[in-house]
Amino acid sequence: MRLYGFLLRLYPASFRAEYGEEMRRVFARRRREADGPGAVAALWLAAAVDAAANACRTHADLLRQDVRYAARALSRAPGFAATAILVAGVGIGAATASYSVLDHVLVRPLPFPRADRLVDLWENDTVHGYGRTELSPANYRDWKSASRSFEGMAAFTNLSANLAGEGAPERLDGAGATPDLFEVLRVHAALGRVLTDADGRPAAEKTVLISDALWRRRFGADPGILGRKVLLDDAPHVVVGVMPADFRFPARGSDVWTPLRFAASDYEDRGDCYLRCVARLKPGVSIEKARAEMRLVAAQLERAYPKENRNIGANVLRLRDEIAPESRWLLVALFGAAAGVLLIGCTNLASLLLARAIGRRKELAVRTAMGAGRERLMRQLLTESLVLAACAGAVGVLLAAAAGPLVTRLVPNALPIAENPPLDLRMLAIAAVLTAATGVGFGVVPARRAGREAALANLHEDSRAGAGRASERLRAALVVAEVTASIVLLVSSGLLLRALWKLQRTDPGFRSEGVLSLRTVLPMPRYEKTEVRQRFYDRVLTQARALPGVTHAGYISFLPMVARGMIQAVVLEGHAADRDDGFASMRFVTPDYFAALGIPLKAGRDVAPTDTAASPFVAVVSESFGRRYWPGQNALGRRFRFGQAERTVVGVVGDVRVRGIERESEPQVYLPSRQVPDAGFIGYFPRDLVIRSAVPAATLLPELRRIVAAADPLLPISDVRPLSDVVASDTAPRRIQARALAAFSALALALAALGIHGLLSFTVSQRAREIGVRMALGATPRDILEMILGRSALLAGGGALLGGVLALGAAFAMRALLAGVSPADGATFLAAIGLAIAMTAAGSLVSAVRAVRVDPVAAIRAD
Amino acid sequence: MQDAELAAEDRIPLPPATFHILLSLFEEDRHGYAILQDVGRRTRGAVKLGAGTLYRSIQRMLEQGLIEETTERPVPEEDDERRRYYRITPRGTAVARAEARRLAGLVELARSSGLVPRRA
Repeated sequence: MRLYGFLLRLYPASFRAEYGEEMRRVFARRRREADGPGAVAALWLAAAVDAAANACRTHADLLRQDVRYAARALSRAPGFAATAILVAGVGIGAATASYSVLDHVLVRPLPFPRADRLVDLWENDTVHGYGRTELSPANYRDWKSASRSFEGMAAFTNLSANLAGEGAPERLDGAGATPDLFEVLRVHAALGRVLTDADGRPAAEKTVLISDALWRRRFGADPGILGRKVLLDDAPHVVVGVMPADFRFPARGSDVWTPLRFAASDYEDRGDCYLRCVARLKPGVSIEKARAEMRLVAAQLERAYPKENRNIGANVLRLRDEIAPESRWLLVALFGAAAGVLLIGCTNLASLLLARAIGRRKELAVRTAMGAGRERLMRQLLTESLVLAACAGAVGVLLAAAAGPLVTRLVPNALPIAENPPLDLRMLAIAAVLTAATGVGFGVVPARRAGREAALANLHEDSRAGAGRASERLRAALVVAEVTASIVLLVSSGLLLRALWKLQRTDPGFRSEGVLSLRTVLPMPRYEKTEVRQRFYDRVLTQARALPGVTHAGYISFLPMVARGMIQAVVLEGHAADRDDGFASMRFVTPDYFAALGIPLKAGRDVAPTDTAASPFVAVVSESFGRRYWPGQNALGRRFRFGQAERTVVGVVGDVRVRGIERESEPQVYLPSRQVPDAGFIGYFPRDLVIRSAVPAATLLPELRRIVAAADPLLPISDVRPLSDVVASDTAPRRIQARALAAFSALALALAALGIHGLLSFTVSQRAREIGVRMALGATPRDILEMILGRSALLAGGGALLGGVLALGAAFAMRALLAGVSPADGATFLAAIGLAIAMTAAGSLVSAVRAVRVDPVAAIRAD
Repeated sequence: MQDAELAAEDRIPLPPATFHILLSLFEEDRHGYAILQDVGRRTRGAVKLGAGTLYRSIQRMLEQGLIEETTERPVPEEDDERRRYYRITPRGTAVARAEARRLAGLVELARSSGLVPRRA
């Protein structure tokens, strides 16, 4: 019979209490009537099936009943229901949306098979402060042949090429890669084939692999594309394959992949570093082991080439970790903020449910008296909070989906992943878990209380005194939690806003207003000769300057903040040619570039049309260059070796934040565009056109397009944007982040104010009788006011203390994001704590005033 | 009666167990085990309700007002005072009748289409 008792346990307790005894008796009689072990076994089997099936149905009956009951109860309290659903839904939505970005960017494996085995290799020149520099072809070759840790190793370099011949010329991004890249990544072509070793031979026909996006955009998804020749930088390339739509390497927006070919001469200069290197670890080889081996390999090379490879180590990083620490922290901070909003939302939901359960005490007591078991009541309250949570979850998913377009801006461009975090089952699962946790976690507390009180209510007429203290403590804890969470959020977003303001006040070194920029990349080998290029620049610049409203126009290799590196070693006059004199950024410019950008000329002169290959090589340097190499002296007339030639300083200009607002940049050296050797420094010849004008870009642009097309009809124009956009996009992730955090904080503050007001006014209404007694015994309204406000001040103080400590921890954790603003910034902390205390005061004032108005007689009589 | 009949239409078709229990209680008030025995006897053992099915049906039928618990006890010596007795309500009778009519209608339909022979 004990076994049958176990079967009975499958049923809901209320059902068991009602019918369990009778069912036991029925079973006992059947058991007595059954003769023979076969009949007994059959009886047990039937009983088990009967119990399992009916227990499920009974539970379902109850659930249906409870859901119906909950829906009715909630529809009778629409204000409560709407508030609870919204409050929790906002939290769930914020947490889900920010978690799905976090998951997409930081957690989910990259879209390659066994992506956890993929690593990046870098040269590590820590002595000069460059931990991640590209490899030279010679070092790549030697690393590859000497290492044993990798299944495969491939090199690639960013590639930009002009596509012509099929409609308007277009500028395409992609990679020049050693053909084994595809094997290392373990990817295949969707159509045709990937690049093979045969494509990499110097004499082979030029081939190209194109992206799915390009195939659809330019070639109408024509399956006959294979074998067709397309013009890339004026050279015909045979299309050998189309990659799948989800192949984004090295970054989003890559459209073409061509084989990287090395001639014997490419291996000569170990200082010519431009290769990125990706490798796949052999099974069983840990990244630490690979690091150790690469350290040895690099040390061997340093011994073999003591001059070129001095201080050159090897850095092995997981491909997954190729993400700027700022981006990582941004997402973590954002998720933290969203979690804070969720916490406050849940706290509010909890207090709402709690207040409701206590408010319904009478109803529950009546139902208990009518025979509803404690378990049934608990079940009902739990169901109610689950129904609320499910609705909140639905609202949260809707909000998260709506927030999708906003959060995609937080996905860094430089990762081989999609722009949009997928709104998939995992996200829904996360939302569901959050929902259920909210419902059960905060439904259980009020439900258990209700259960206890219902039991008490049978014994005592007034159960208020005993349960009151516990619930008062719980409410106090909730108030403290809300204040704490708001302070952490306020401090975090306050610090980020201060950092943003500080950066926005930072002078980039040039004036971006009224400057339009665009890019025309002259294809090789047609423009190999410096003279041919110069003819193009002169023609475009002369015509552009003649346009109405245009005051200055110039060409430069790369705009600041667009290409951040492009540095070369500096060798001072009389020094040996090694890397010890440091580095400077190198740009070739045409005359008038400094004026176009508003970079002040501090001494000497601008580059001039007379600075040609035939005249002495000159340079214009930034002030920091002069300070560094000739401190306290005049830089003009000084000589140094840079970019394969001796140069004389003829001008000094203001410093520019080449590496972006937030980073220190190397000193800058500008060289005249006419002094680029023929076919030399191919990556450096001027390509970015900047125009300073008084007329809007929209009227200027058609004219400029006409001028460029007239100079070279095959040349695409790309990257058209005001210079202010370049500066803005440099701080864009930070702006979005600061805004998102500020929005979360505002939301949290509003939710917390609402929650605190609810909690305190509930406390006052619960204590109405006590207040009445006090007033009857002679307490003045002032005493009551002091009592209520004093209590909320105490709670706010507790929350402020706890919040302050936690916020300090959070601030130190996100120090990397603060751009030099102190994590313990006093003003921010004071403002945040002041705001939170003001919010608590505001929340409690209304209820305090209500408390003062309590009519002692009515309050005492109320029960 | 009119209302009960009307409302009865809402309940049908009845789950077979419910119909059997109503039939059994239509004859006389019974306790749970007696219902099981009676249903078994009535159907010559073809329908053997499990205790779970029985009491879940009873719970629902009580809620729906098809049956009620009765405080009247039959002959005292037959009684075990822990037992609960159930009685069919007028509503229960109406619902059982409506179900019987529905079933008869179905059988009639089967006959007129020649699926089963007409009674001689």
